[in-house]
Amino acid sequence: MHSWHEFVTMGGYAPYVWPAYGIVFVVLLGAAWFARRDLRLALARAAHRAHEMHK
Amino acid sequence: MFTWFHKLGSPPLLYRLATRVSPWFMALTLILIVAGLVGGLVLAPPDYQQGDGFRIIYVHVPSAILSLMVFALMAGASAVGLIWRLRMAHAVTIAAAPIGAAFTFLALVTGSLWGKPMWGTYWVWDARLTSELVLLFLYFGAIAIIRAFSDQRTGDRAGAVFVLVGAVDLPIIHYSVQWWATLHQGATLKLSGSNMPTSMLWPLLTMMAAFTCYFIWLLVLRLRAEILRREWRASWVERLSAE
Repeated sequence: MHSWHEFVTMGGYAPYVWPAYGIVFVVLLGAAWFARRDLRLALARAAHRAHEMHK
Repeated sequence: MFTWFHKLGSPPLLYRLATRVSPWFMALTLILIVAGLVGGLVLAPPDYQQGDGFRIIYVHVPSAILSLMVFALMAGASAVGLIWRLRMAHAVTIAAAPIGAAFTFLALVTGSLWGKPMWGTYWVWDARLTSELVLLFLYFGAIAIIRAFSDQRTGDRAGAVFVLVGAVDLPIIHYSVQWWATLHQGATLKLSGSNMPTSMLWPLLTMMAAFTCYFIWLLVLRLRAEILRREWRASWVERLSAE
C-alpha cells in the first residue's frame, strides 16, 4: 500500500474486502462478549447457590 | 501413560487450568491479530491476478481451516467421551460447537464476498461450498441434540454419536476440490508447503495463529462456564464461589 486512498479503496475491491473484515470482527467480538457474559452468569449462579446452601 | 489424560478429566483441575491459560491466549490473540492485519492489509503486495481483492484470504482461510479443525476436535472429544466415559470430554464438545459454527459461518460469508468479484457470483452449489454449508448445519444439529435432553448424559451421548457420524463431512470438504470439478481453488496451505511468496504467506500464517489462539481463549472461557453449569452441586464449586 502506497497511499491512504489506495488502502481505503482496496484497488476497487473495497465493497468486498471491508465488509468481509467487518463481519469477521463483529462475529468474533460478539462471540467473545457472549462467552464472557455466560461465564459471569455461571459464576454468579454458583455464588448464589453457595450462599443459599449456607443459609 | 494416560495419567495426564485422566487428570484432565477432573473438573476442578480442568477449570483451574482453563482459568490459568485464558489471559495468555487473549493477549496472544491481540498481538497476533494486530500483526496479521498490518501484514495482510498494508504490507502484503496486491496479487497479480486478483489485485487487492485477494486480501480477503487473510480472514477467509483461517475461518475455513478452523471450521474443520474445531469439528475434528469435537469428534475427538466425542470419541474420548464415549470410549473412556470422561464427562469433561463432552463438555469440551458443547463448549467448542458454537465457536466452530461461528467460524463456518464466517468462512461461508467471506468466501461469498470473495467469490462475487472473482467468479461473478456470491454463491454456487458446488461441492466445496455445499459441503461447508452442510458443516454449518452439522454444528447446529450437534448443539440442538446435546441441549435437547433433560438428562445431560443422554444428550452428551446422542450428541457424541451425531458428531462422530457428521465427521464424515470433513474429508468430503477437504477433498471436494480434487474429487469434483468446482469453482473453488485448491488448498492454499499444504503440509508440503505453499506457492505463495513469503510477503503474502507470513501474514496468512500469523492470522492462522491469531484465529487459533482466539479459538483456544474462547474455548476455555466457554468450558469454564460449562463446567460450572454441570458441576454446580460439587463441593469444589461451592468453595470456589465462597472465595
